[in-house]
Amino acid sequence: MVLVYSDDKKITFELLNKGNEIAKELGEKLIAIIIGKPDDTLSQEYISYGADNVFVAETDIDQFKAEEYSVYLENIIKETGSETIIIGSNKNGKELASRLAGRLDVGCIIDCTNIYLKDKKLTTERVVYSGNAIAVEQFNSSPAVVTVPSKVFDPLPKDDKRKGDITKKKFDVEKSASKILKVQEMKTEGVNVEDAEIIVSCGRGFKNKEDIKMVQELADAIKGKTVGCSRPIAADLKWLSEDHWIGLSGHKVKPKLYIAAGISGQIQHIAGMRDSGIIVAINKDPEALIFKSADYGIVGDLYEVLPKLTSAVKDKIG
Amino acid sequence: MNIIVCAKQVIDVSEMKVDSSTKKPILQGIPQKISDIDKNAMEEAIKIKEKHGGKITVITIGPSDAKERIKELLAMGADEGVLVAPPDKFDYFVVSNLLAIAIKNIGEYDIILCGEASIDMFSGQAGPRLAGLLGIPQITYAQNLAVDKDKVTADRNMGDTAVTTESSFPVLITVTKEINEPRLPSLMQILGAANKPINEMTADSLKSGLNPKVEMLELKGVSMERKNIVYKDDIDESVGKLVDSLAKEGVLR
Repeated sequence: MVLVYSDDKKITFELLNKGNEIAKELGEKLIAIIIGKPDDTLSQEYISYGADNVFVAETDIDQFKAEEYSVYLENIIKETGSETIIIGSNKNGKELASRLAGRLDVGCIIDCTNIYLKDKKLTTERVVYSGNAIAVEQFNSSPAVVTVPSKVFDPLPKDDKRKGDITKKKFDVEKSASKILKVQEMKTEGVNVEDAEIIVSCGRGFKNKEDIKMVQELADAIKGKTVGCSRPIAADLKWLSEDHWIGLSGHKVKPKLYIAAGISGQIQHIAGMRDSGIIVAINKDPEALIFKSADYGIVGDLYEVLPKLTSAVKDKIG
Repeated sequence: MNIIVCAKQVIDVSEMKVDSSTKKPILQGIPQKISDIDKNAMEEAIKIKEKHGGKITVITIGPSDAKERIKELLAMGADEGVLVAPPDKFDYFVVSNLLAIAIKNIGEYDIILCGEASIDMFSGQAGPRLAGLLGIPQITYAQNLAVDKDKVTADRNMGDTAVTTESSFPVLITVTKEINEPRLPSLMQILGAANKPINEMTADSLKSGLNPKVEMLELKGVSMERKNIVYKDDIDESVGKLVDSLAKEGVLR
Protein backbone atom coordinates (compact mmCIF):
# COMPACT_ATOMS: atom_id res chain seq x y z
CA MET A 1 0.00 0.00 0.00
CA VAL A 2 0.95 3.64 -0.38
CA LEU A 3 0.52 5.78 2.74
CA VAL A 4 0.11 9.55 2.85
CA TYR A 5 0.34 11.55 6.05
CA SER A 6 0.58 15.18 7.06
CA ASP A 7 -0.77 17.11 10.02
CA ASP A 8 -1.50 19.87 7.51
CA LYS A 9 -4.53 18.73 5.50
CA LYS A 10 -3.73 21.05 2.60
CA ILE A 11 -0.43 19.23 2.06
CA THR A 12 -2.23 15.90 2.43
CA PHE A 13 -4.61 16.88 -0.41
CA GLU A 14 -1.60 17.63 -2.65
CA LEU A 15 0.21 14.42 -1.74
CA LEU A 16 -2.93 12.33 -2.36
CA ASN A 17 -2.77 13.29 -6.04
CA LYS A 18 0.78 12.03 -6.50
CA GLY A 19 0.17 9.09 -4.15
CA ASN A 20 -2.83 8.11 -6.26
CA GLU A 21 -0.68 8.06 -9.41
CA ILE A 22 2.04 5.95 -7.78
CA ALA A 23 -0.43 3.54 -6.15
CA LYS A 24 -2.15 2.94 -9.51
CA GLU A 25 1.16 2.25 -11.18
CA LEU A 26 2.06 -0.22 -8.43
CA GLY A 27 -1.40 -1.78 -8.47
CA GLU A 28 -1.81 -0.88 -4.80
CA LYS A 29 -4.30 1.07 -2.71
CA LEU A 30 -3.69 4.63 -1.48
CA ILE A 31 -4.33 5.13 2.22
CA ALA A 32 -4.57 8.52 3.92
CA ILE A 33 -3.65 8.54 7.61
CA ILE A 34 -5.18 10.47 10.46
CA ILE A 35 -3.55 10.39 13.88
CA GLY A 36 -5.87 11.74 16.57
CA LYS A 37 -9.56 11.80 17.26
CA PRO A 38 -11.72 10.13 14.58
CA ASP A 39 -12.91 12.77 12.14
CA ASP A 40 -15.37 11.43 9.56
CA THR A 41 -15.64 14.75 7.74
CA LEU A 42 -11.89 14.93 7.22
CA SER A 43 -11.76 11.22 6.31
CA GLN A 44 -14.39 11.73 3.60
CA GLU A 45 -12.47 14.80 2.37
CA TYR A 46 -9.32 12.71 1.98
CA ILE A 47 -11.32 10.16 -0.02
CA SER A 48 -12.77 12.95 -2.18
CA TYR A 49 -9.22 14.11 -2.93
CA GLY A 50 -8.02 10.70 -4.08
CA ALA A 51 -7.51 8.34 -1.12
CA ASP A 52 -8.86 4.81 -1.61
CA ASN A 53 -9.10 4.29 2.13
CA VAL A 54 -8.47 6.19 5.34
CA PHE A 55 -6.73 4.75 8.37
CA VAL A 56 -7.38 6.52 11.65
CA ALA A 57 -5.00 5.82 14.52
CA GLU A 58 -7.31 6.79 17.36
CA THR A 59 -5.65 8.65 20.20
CA ASP A 60 -6.36 11.36 22.73
CA ILE A 61 -2.89 12.81 22.22
CA ASP A 62 -3.42 16.22 20.70
CA GLN A 63 0.13 17.53 20.76
CA PHE A 64 2.60 16.47 18.15
CA LYS A 65 5.62 14.56 19.38
CA ALA A 66 7.72 12.78 16.78
CA GLU A 67 8.60 10.09 19.34
CA GLU A 68 4.96 9.05 19.67
CA TYR A 69 3.70 9.79 16.15
CA SER A 70 6.51 7.71 14.64
CA VAL A 71 5.31 4.69 16.66
CA TYR A 72 1.74 5.19 15.38
CA LEU A 73 3.04 5.30 11.82
CA GLU A 74 5.20 2.24 12.39
CA ASN A 75 2.13 0.34 13.63
CA ILE A 76 0.05 1.47 10.65
CA ILE A 77 2.81 0.49 8.20
CA LYS A 78 2.91 -3.01 9.71
CA GLU A 79 -0.88 -3.29 9.91
CA THR A 80 -1.38 -2.30 6.26
CA GLY A 81 1.79 -3.87 4.85
CA SER A 82 2.76 -0.57 3.26
CA GLU A 83 6.04 -0.04 1.45
CA THR A 84 5.73 3.55 0.23
CA ILE A 85 5.29 6.26 2.86
CA ILE A 86 4.81 9.85 1.73
CA ILE A 87 4.87 12.50 4.45
CA GLY A 88 4.26 16.25 4.21
CA SER A 89 7.47 18.20 4.59
CA ASN A 90 6.71 20.77 7.22
CA LYS A 91 8.98 20.86 10.28
CA ASN A 92 6.89 18.25 12.12
CA GLY A 93 6.82 16.03 9.06
CA LYS A 94 10.56 16.14 8.52
CA GLU A 95 11.49 15.12 12.04
CA LEU A 96 8.72 12.52 12.04
CA ALA A 97 9.88 10.91 8.78
CA SER A 98 13.52 10.95 9.86
CA ARG A 99 12.76 9.35 13.22
CA LEU A 100 10.48 6.79 11.62
CA ALA A 101 13.23 5.85 9.14
CA GLY A 102 15.64 5.47 12.06
CA ARG A 103 13.22 3.21 13.97
CA LEU A 104 12.55 1.04 10.91
CA ASP A 105 16.20 1.36 9.78
CA VAL A 106 15.04 2.05 6.20
CA GLY A 107 15.83 4.54 3.45
CA CYS A 108 14.48 8.07 3.67
CA ILE A 109 14.70 11.20 1.53
CA ILE A 110 13.61 14.60 2.83
CA ASP A 111 12.18 17.52 0.81
CA CYS A 112 11.59 15.80 -2.52
CA THR A 113 10.66 18.12 -5.38
CA ASN A 114 9.53 15.16 -7.45
CA ILE A 115 8.76 11.48 -6.85
CA TYR A 116 8.08 8.81 -9.46
CA LEU A 117 8.63 5.17 -10.29
CA LYS A 118 11.56 4.25 -12.48
CA ASP A 119 12.08 0.56 -13.19
CA LYS A 120 9.34 0.06 -10.59
CA LYS A 121 11.55 1.59 -7.90
CA LEU A 122 10.66 4.77 -6.06
CA THR A 123 12.84 7.56 -7.43
CA THR A 124 13.14 11.10 -6.10
CA GLU A 125 14.60 14.47 -6.91
CA ARG A 126 15.66 17.05 -4.38
CA VAL A 127 17.53 20.33 -4.39
CA VAL A 128 20.99 20.15 -2.80
CA TYR A 129 24.05 22.39 -2.41
CA SER A 130 21.91 25.49 -1.82
CA GLY A 131 20.19 25.13 -5.17
CA ASN A 132 23.34 24.50 -7.19
CA ALA A 133 22.37 20.91 -7.94
CA ILE A 134 19.51 18.45 -8.07
CA ALA A 135 20.13 14.96 -6.68
CA VAL A 136 18.24 12.15 -8.42
CA GLU A 137 18.07 9.23 -5.99
CA GLN A 138 16.46 5.82 -5.99
CA PHE A 139 15.39 3.41 -3.27
CA ASN A 140 16.81 -0.11 -3.57
CA SER A 141 14.78 -1.35 -0.59
CA SER A 142 11.47 -0.89 1.18
CA PRO A 143 9.67 0.49 3.04
CA ALA A 144 10.68 3.80 1.48
CA VAL A 145 10.00 7.01 3.40
CA VAL A 146 9.89 10.36 1.61
CA THR A 147 8.78 13.85 2.54
CA VAL A 148 7.41 16.39 0.04
CA PRO A 149 6.97 20.12 0.78
CA SER A 150 3.73 22.02 0.17
CA LYS A 151 2.98 23.29 -3.34
CA VAL A 152 5.17 20.72 -5.11
CA PHE A 153 2.06 18.93 -6.40
CA ASP A 154 -1.42 20.25 -7.10
CA PRO A 155 -4.39 18.50 -5.48
CA LEU A 156 -6.84 16.56 -7.65
CA PRO A 157 -10.22 18.21 -8.21
CA LYS A 158 -12.44 17.29 -5.27
CA ASP A 159 -14.87 14.49 -6.11
CA ASP A 160 -17.50 14.05 -3.39
CA LYS A 161 -18.87 10.93 -5.06
CA ARG A 162 -15.74 8.92 -4.39
CA LYS A 163 -16.20 6.16 -1.83
CA GLY A 164 -13.69 4.45 0.42
CA ASP A 165 -13.32 2.52 3.65
CA ILE A 166 -12.46 4.18 6.91
CA THR A 167 -10.57 1.97 9.37
CA LYS A 168 -10.23 3.07 12.99
CA LYS A 169 -7.81 1.44 15.37
CA LYS A 170 -6.21 2.12 18.74
CA PHE A 171 -2.57 1.28 19.38
CA ASP A 172 -0.63 1.01 22.59
CA VAL A 173 2.01 3.68 22.37
CA GLU A 174 4.54 4.33 25.07
CA LYS A 175 4.68 7.95 26.19
CA SER A 176 7.84 9.82 25.32
CA ALA A 177 10.16 11.03 28.08
CA SER A 178 9.88 14.51 26.56
CA LYS A 179 7.14 16.92 27.59
CA ILE A 180 5.63 19.86 25.78
CA LEU A 181 5.36 22.74 28.23
CA LYS A 182 4.07 25.50 25.99
CA VAL A 183 2.88 26.09 22.43
CA GLN A 184 2.59 29.66 21.21
CA GLU A 185 1.46 30.94 17.85
CA MET A 186 4.40 32.56 16.13
CA LYS A 187 4.04 36.30 15.67
CA THR A 188 3.28 36.96 12.02
CA GLU A 189 2.37 40.00 10.02
CA GLY A 190 0.26 37.93 7.64
CA VAL A 191 2.70 38.28 4.76
CA ASN A 192 2.74 35.65 2.05
CA VAL A 193 6.09 36.03 0.30
CA GLU A 194 5.76 32.70 -1.48
CA ASP A 195 2.91 33.91 -3.67
CA ALA A 196 4.17 37.48 -4.14
CA GLU A 197 4.85 38.75 -7.65
CA ILE A 198 7.16 41.55 -6.61
CA ILE A 199 9.32 41.50 -3.50
CA VAL A 200 11.61 44.15 -2.06
CA SER A 201 13.92 42.62 0.51
CA CYS A 202 16.18 44.04 3.18
CA GLY A 203 19.27 42.75 4.96
CA ARG A 204 22.09 43.65 7.30
CA GLY A 205 22.82 46.84 5.39
CA PHE A 206 20.01 48.53 7.32
CA LYS A 207 21.13 50.29 10.48
CA ASN A 208 17.80 50.69 12.28
CA LYS A 209 14.46 48.96 12.39
CA GLU A 210 12.72 52.21 11.41
CA ASP A 211 14.71 52.40 8.17
CA ILE A 212 12.88 49.37 6.81
CA LYS A 213 10.05 51.74 5.88
CA MET A 214 12.21 52.76 2.91
CA VAL A 215 11.78 49.22 1.59
CA GLN A 216 8.04 49.34 2.12
CA GLU A 217 7.87 52.66 0.26
CA LEU A 218 9.68 51.21 -2.74
CA ALA A 219 7.50 48.09 -2.63
CA ASP A 220 4.40 50.28 -2.59
CA ALA A 221 5.70 52.36 -5.49
CA ILE A 222 6.20 49.28 -7.69
CA LYS A 223 2.77 48.09 -6.56
CA GLY A 224 4.47 45.03 -5.08
CA LYS A 225 3.66 45.74 -1.46
CA THR A 226 5.56 42.69 -0.29
CA VAL A 227 8.59 43.10 1.92
CA GLY A 228 11.05 40.27 2.39
CA CYS A 229 14.26 39.99 4.35
CA SER A 230 17.34 37.89 4.93
CA ARG A 231 18.05 35.79 8.01
CA PRO A 232 19.57 38.43 10.33
CA ILE A 233 16.56 40.77 10.06
CA ALA A 234 13.99 38.09 11.00
CA ALA A 235 15.91 35.57 13.07
CA ASP A 236 18.57 37.59 14.91
CA LEU A 237 17.36 41.19 15.09
CA LYS A 238 13.66 40.27 14.87
CA TRP A 239 12.87 43.57 13.12
CA LEU A 240 10.43 41.69 10.90
CA SER A 241 8.39 38.56 11.65
CA GLU A 242 9.54 35.26 10.19
CA ASP A 243 6.89 35.25 7.46
CA HIS A 244 9.14 37.83 5.72
CA TRP A 245 12.24 35.61 5.89
CA ILE A 246 13.56 34.40 2.55
CA GLY A 247 16.24 31.72 2.40
CA LEU A 248 17.12 28.11 2.93
CA SER A 249 15.52 27.91 6.37
CA GLY A 250 13.00 30.64 5.61
CA HIS A 251 10.65 30.84 2.62
CA LYS A 252 11.48 30.00 -0.97
CA VAL A 253 10.14 32.60 -3.39
CA LYS A 254 9.86 33.10 -7.14
CA PRO A 255 8.47 36.57 -7.86
CA LYS A 256 8.75 38.25 -11.26
CA LEU A 257 10.92 40.93 -9.70
CA TYR A 258 13.13 40.57 -6.62
CA ILE A 259 14.96 43.59 -5.27
CA ALA A 260 17.61 42.90 -2.61
CA ALA A 261 18.69 46.00 -0.69
CA GLY A 262 21.58 45.78 1.75
CA ILE A 263 21.74 42.00 1.43
CA SER A 264 25.23 40.55 1.10
CA GLY A 265 24.09 37.49 -0.83
CA GLN A 266 25.04 34.56 1.38
CA ILE A 267 24.40 31.28 -0.41
CA GLN A 268 21.61 30.43 2.05
CA HIS A 269 19.71 33.56 1.03
CA ILE A 270 20.31 32.98 -2.69
CA ALA A 271 18.85 29.47 -2.30
CA GLY A 272 15.56 31.06 -1.27
CA MET A 273 15.24 33.51 -4.18
CA ARG A 274 17.25 32.05 -7.07
CA ASP A 275 14.13 31.12 -9.03
CA SER A 276 13.00 34.77 -9.21
CA GLY A 277 12.42 36.35 -12.63
CA ILE A 278 14.52 39.50 -12.53
CA ILE A 279 16.87 40.01 -9.59
CA VAL A 280 18.09 43.49 -8.64
CA ALA A 281 20.78 44.13 -6.04
CA ILE A 282 21.60 47.32 -4.18
CA ASN A 283 24.75 47.22 -2.08
CA LYS A 284 27.53 49.64 -1.23
CA ASP A 285 30.17 46.92 -1.47
CA PRO A 286 31.04 46.34 -5.15
CA GLU A 287 32.45 42.92 -4.17
CA ALA A 288 29.21 41.78 -2.48
CA LEU A 289 28.24 38.23 -3.52
CA ILE A 290 24.70 39.37 -4.29
CA PHE A 291 25.84 41.01 -7.55
CA LYS A 292 26.85 37.60 -8.93
CA SER A 293 23.25 36.44 -8.58
CA ALA A 294 21.68 39.63 -9.91
CA ASP A 295 20.52 40.76 -13.34
CA TYR A 296 20.87 44.41 -12.43
CA GLY A 297 22.74 46.06 -9.62
CA ILE A 298 23.55 49.45 -8.23
CA VAL A 299 26.71 49.95 -6.22
CA GLY A 300 25.82 52.61 -3.68
CA ASP A 301 24.59 53.43 -0.21
CA LEU A 302 21.04 52.11 0.08
CA TYR A 303 20.15 55.16 2.20
CA GLU A 304 20.78 57.27 -0.88
CA VAL A 305 19.71 54.80 -3.57
CA LEU A 306 16.35 53.64 -2.18
CA PRO A 307 14.60 57.03 -1.87
CA LYS A 308 15.85 58.02 -5.33
CA LEU A 309 14.77 54.71 -6.82
CA THR A 310 11.34 55.04 -5.21
CA SER A 311 10.78 58.48 -6.66
CA ALA A 312 12.17 57.48 -10.07
CA VAL A 313 9.78 54.51 -10.16
CA LYS A 314 6.88 56.80 -9.21
CA ASP A 315 7.83 59.18 -12.03
CA LYS A 316 8.00 56.31 -14.48
CA ILE A 317 4.76 54.54 -13.74
CA GLY A 318 2.88 57.43 -12.17
CA MET B 1 27.61 15.62 31.97
CA ASN B 2 28.71 13.60 28.94
CA ILE B 3 27.98 15.39 25.71
CA ILE B 4 28.37 14.11 22.17
CA VAL B 5 28.45 16.48 19.20
CA CYS B 6 27.86 15.12 15.70
CA ALA B 7 29.65 17.31 13.17
CA LYS B 8 29.85 16.99 9.40
CA GLN B 9 32.57 18.11 7.05
CA VAL B 10 31.03 19.80 4.02
CA ILE B 11 32.26 21.66 0.97
CA ASP B 12 31.99 25.44 1.10
CA VAL B 13 28.88 25.66 -1.08
CA SER B 14 29.47 29.34 -1.88
CA GLU B 15 32.67 28.31 -3.71
CA MET B 16 30.85 25.70 -5.76
CA LYS B 17 30.57 26.04 -9.54
CA VAL B 18 28.70 24.23 -12.26
CA ASP B 19 30.63 23.06 -15.33
CA SER B 20 29.02 24.99 -18.19
CA SER B 21 29.57 22.26 -20.80
CA THR B 22 28.64 19.10 -18.83
CA LYS B 23 26.13 20.87 -16.53
CA LYS B 24 27.59 18.87 -13.65
CA PRO B 25 28.49 20.52 -10.37
CA ILE B 26 32.23 20.64 -9.73
CA LEU B 27 32.86 19.16 -6.29
CA GLN B 28 36.62 18.58 -6.53
CA GLY B 29 39.09 21.09 -5.18
CA ILE B 30 36.53 23.09 -3.22
CA PRO B 31 37.51 24.13 0.32
CA GLN B 32 36.07 21.98 3.10
CA LYS B 33 34.68 23.19 6.39
CA ILE B 34 32.60 22.10 9.36
CA SER B 35 28.94 22.63 8.50
CA ASP B 36 28.02 26.02 10.00
CA ILE B 37 25.18 24.91 12.24
CA ASP B 38 27.25 22.03 13.66
CA LYS B 39 29.54 24.72 15.08
CA ASN B 40 26.53 26.15 16.91
CA ALA B 41 25.95 22.65 18.32
CA MET B 42 29.60 22.59 19.42
CA GLU B 43 29.33 26.03 21.05
CA GLU B 44 26.22 24.95 22.95
CA ALA B 45 28.04 21.83 24.18
CA ILE B 46 30.85 24.00 25.54
CA LYS B 47 28.36 26.25 27.34
CA ILE B 48 26.75 23.20 28.97
CA LYS B 49 30.14 21.87 30.01
CA GLU B 50 31.12 25.26 31.44
CA LYS B 51 28.06 25.11 33.70
CA HIS B 52 27.91 21.43 34.61
CA GLY B 53 31.37 20.03 33.91
CA GLY B 54 31.87 16.78 32.03
CA LYS B 55 33.28 15.71 28.73
CA ILE B 56 32.59 16.59 25.10
CA THR B 57 33.22 14.04 22.37
CA VAL B 58 32.84 15.08 18.74
CA ILE B 59 32.04 12.46 16.10
CA THR B 60 32.50 12.94 12.38
CA ILE B 61 31.76 10.45 9.63
CA GLY B 62 34.11 11.49 6.87
CA PRO B 63 37.35 11.06 4.96
CA SER B 64 40.77 11.33 6.63
CA ASP B 65 41.16 15.03 5.81
CA ALA B 66 38.21 15.69 8.12
CA LYS B 67 40.76 15.23 10.92
CA GLU B 68 41.80 18.84 10.36
CA ARG B 69 38.20 19.94 10.86
CA ILE B 70 37.90 17.92 14.07
CA LYS B 71 41.01 19.74 15.32
CA GLU B 72 39.12 23.02 14.92
CA LEU B 73 36.38 21.68 17.19
CA LEU B 74 38.94 20.38 19.70
CA ALA B 75 40.43 23.89 19.71
CA MET B 76 36.99 25.36 20.39
CA GLY B 77 36.63 23.13 23.45
CA ALA B 78 35.86 19.48 22.64
CA ASP B 79 37.86 16.96 24.68
CA GLU B 80 38.09 14.12 22.24
CA GLY B 81 37.38 13.37 18.60
CA VAL B 82 36.14 10.29 16.78
CA LEU B 83 36.56 10.06 13.02
CA VAL B 84 34.88 7.21 11.17
CA ALA B 85 35.80 6.71 7.52
CA PRO B 86 32.60 5.77 5.67
CA PRO B 87 32.41 2.91 3.15
CA ASP B 88 32.62 3.78 -0.56
CA LYS B 89 28.87 4.14 -0.88
CA PHE B 90 26.79 5.58 1.91
CA ASP B 91 23.46 7.23 2.62
CA TYR B 92 21.63 8.43 5.74
CA PHE B 93 20.97 4.79 6.71
CA VAL B 94 24.69 3.97 6.69
CA VAL B 95 25.76 7.21 8.38
CA SER B 96 23.16 7.03 11.15
CA ASN B 97 24.12 3.41 11.89
CA LEU B 98 27.81 4.31 12.06
CA LEU B 99 27.00 7.22 14.38
CA ALA B 100 24.86 4.98 16.58
CA ILE B 101 27.56 2.32 16.93
CA ALA B 102 30.29 4.89 17.55
CA ILE B 103 28.09 6.47 20.24
CA LYS B 104 27.39 3.11 21.89
CA ASN B 105 31.14 2.49 21.96
CA ILE B 106 31.67 5.78 23.78
CA GLY B 107 29.37 4.52 26.52
CA GLU B 108 27.26 6.65 28.85
CA TYR B 109 26.02 9.97 27.50
CA ASP B 110 23.47 12.58 28.53
CA ILE B 111 23.06 14.83 25.52
CA ILE B 112 23.73 14.39 21.80
CA LEU B 113 23.88 17.71 19.94
CA CYS B 114 23.54 18.17 16.18
CA GLY B 115 22.93 21.11 13.86
CA GLU B 116 19.34 21.34 12.55
CA ALA B 117 20.70 20.42 9.10
CA SER B 118 24.00 20.39 7.23
CA ILE B 119 24.42 23.31 4.88
CA ASP B 120 25.31 21.17 1.85
CA MET B 121 22.26 18.85 1.75
CA PHE B 122 20.01 20.77 4.19
CA SER B 123 17.90 17.70 4.83
CA GLY B 124 17.82 17.66 8.65
CA GLN B 125 17.49 13.91 8.63
CA ALA B 126 20.59 12.76 10.50
CA GLY B 127 19.65 14.06 13.98
CA PRO B 128 16.07 12.79 14.42
CA ARG B 129 16.95 9.62 12.51
CA LEU B 130 19.76 8.90 14.98
CA ALA B 131 17.40 9.55 17.91
CA GLY B 132 14.95 7.03 16.44
CA LEU B 133 17.68 4.48 15.96
CA LEU B 134 18.95 4.93 19.52
CA GLY B 135 15.40 5.03 20.88
CA ILE B 136 15.89 8.25 22.84
CA PRO B 137 13.76 11.44 22.95
CA GLN B 138 14.47 14.19 20.44
CA ILE B 139 14.22 17.95 20.64
CA THR B 140 14.52 19.59 17.23
CA TYR B 141 15.08 23.19 16.08
CA ALA B 142 16.19 24.45 19.51
CA GLN B 143 16.78 28.21 19.59
CA ASN B 144 17.52 28.31 23.26
CA LEU B 145 18.48 25.67 25.85
CA ALA B 146 18.31 25.66 29.63
CA VAL B 147 20.18 22.66 31.00
CA ASP B 148 19.65 21.50 34.60
CA LYS B 149 21.25 18.56 36.39
CA ASP B 150 18.63 16.07 35.27
CA LYS B 151 16.65 17.76 32.49
CA VAL B 152 16.81 20.18 29.61
CA THR B 153 14.23 22.74 28.45
CA ALA B 154 14.29 24.09 24.92
CA ASP B 155 12.49 26.80 23.00
CA ARG B 156 11.89 25.54 19.51
CA ASN B 157 11.03 27.32 16.30
CA MET B 158 8.50 25.10 14.54
CA GLY B 159 7.52 27.57 11.84
CA ASP B 160 3.94 28.54 12.68
CA THR B 161 4.41 27.92 16.38
CA ALA B 162 7.01 28.35 19.10
CA VAL B 163 7.12 25.19 21.21
CA THR B 164 8.78 24.77 24.58
CA THR B 165 9.83 21.17 25.19
CA GLU B 166 11.40 19.54 28.24
CA SER B 167 13.18 16.20 28.40
CA SER B 168 15.14 14.03 30.78
CA PHE B 169 18.45 12.49 29.69
CA PRO B 170 19.59 10.95 27.46
CA VAL B 171 18.21 13.18 24.72
CA LEU B 172 19.19 14.21 21.21
CA ILE B 173 18.90 17.93 20.47
CA THR B 174 19.22 19.70 17.11
CA VAL B 175 19.97 23.42 17.28
CA THR B 176 19.40 26.34 14.91
CA LYS B 177 21.86 29.04 13.97
CA GLU B 178 20.26 31.61 16.29
CA ILE B 179 21.06 29.67 19.46
CA ASN B 180 24.52 31.20 19.90
CA GLU B 181 27.58 32.72 18.25
CA PRO B 182 30.30 30.04 17.94
CA ARG B 183 33.55 31.15 19.58
CA LEU B 184 36.83 31.57 17.74
CA PRO B 185 39.56 29.58 19.48
CA SER B 186 42.64 31.41 20.77
CA LEU B 187 46.11 30.60 19.50
CA MET B 188 46.81 28.75 22.76
CA GLN B 189 43.69 26.64 22.27
CA ILE B 190 44.66 25.87 18.67
CA LEU B 191 48.10 24.72 19.82
CA GLY B 192 46.58 22.79 22.73
CA ALA B 193 44.23 20.92 20.39
CA ALA B 194 47.21 19.09 18.91
CA ASN B 195 47.51 17.11 22.17
CA LYS B 196 43.87 16.05 22.30
CA PRO B 197 43.08 12.53 21.09
CA ILE B 198 41.32 11.76 17.79
CA ASN B 199 40.21 8.16 17.45
CA GLU B 200 40.29 7.15 13.81
CA MET B 201 38.44 4.08 12.63
CA THR B 202 36.89 2.57 9.53
CA ALA B 203 33.23 1.79 8.98
CA ASP B 204 34.11 -1.88 8.53
CA SER B 205 35.69 -2.05 11.96
CA LEU B 206 32.37 -0.87 13.48
CA LYS B 207 30.01 -2.93 11.34
CA SER B 208 30.73 -4.66 8.10
CA GLY B 209 28.30 -4.96 5.23
CA LEU B 210 26.40 -1.70 5.74
CA ASN B 211 24.95 -0.99 2.31
CA PRO B 212 22.93 2.11 1.42
CA LYS B 213 19.15 1.85 1.04
CA VAL B 214 19.13 4.79 -1.33
CA GLU B 215 21.41 5.21 -4.33
CA MET B 216 22.35 8.42 -6.08
CA LEU B 217 21.54 8.04 -9.77
CA GLU B 218 22.62 11.47 -10.89
CA LEU B 219 23.68 14.87 -9.63
CA LYS B 220 22.46 17.53 -12.04
CA GLY B 221 24.00 20.98 -11.93
CA VAL B 222 21.71 23.98 -11.84
CA SER B 223 23.46 26.97 -13.27
CA MET B 224 22.06 30.37 -12.59
CA GLU B 225 22.44 32.56 -15.65
CA ARG B 226 22.07 36.20 -14.70
CA LYS B 227 22.76 39.34 -16.69
CA ASN B 228 25.10 40.79 -14.05
CA ILE B 229 24.70 44.38 -15.25
CA VAL B 230 25.99 46.55 -12.43
CA TYR B 231 25.73 50.35 -12.43
CA LYS B 232 28.57 51.85 -10.44
CA ASP B 233 28.61 55.49 -11.44
CA ASP B 234 26.70 58.47 -10.20
CA ILE B 235 23.71 57.31 -8.15
CA ASP B 236 21.16 59.44 -10.02
CA GLU B 237 22.41 58.11 -13.32
CA SER B 238 22.45 54.52 -12.04
CA VAL B 239 18.90 54.82 -10.72
CA GLY B 240 17.73 56.21 -14.06
CA LYS B 241 19.36 53.37 -16.00
CA LEU B 242 17.96 50.75 -13.64
CA VAL B 243 14.40 52.06 -13.92
CA ASP B 244 14.70 52.12 -17.73
CA SER B 245 15.99 48.55 -17.75
CA LEU B 246 13.23 47.33 -15.45
CA ALA B 247 10.62 49.03 -17.62
CA LYS B 248 12.04 47.29 -20.69
CA GLU B 249 11.91 43.95 -18.86
CA GLY B 250 8.21 44.59 -18.34
CA VAL B 251 8.30 44.29 -14.57
CA LEU B 252 7.26 47.90 -13.87
CA ARG B 253 3.59 48.50 -14.31
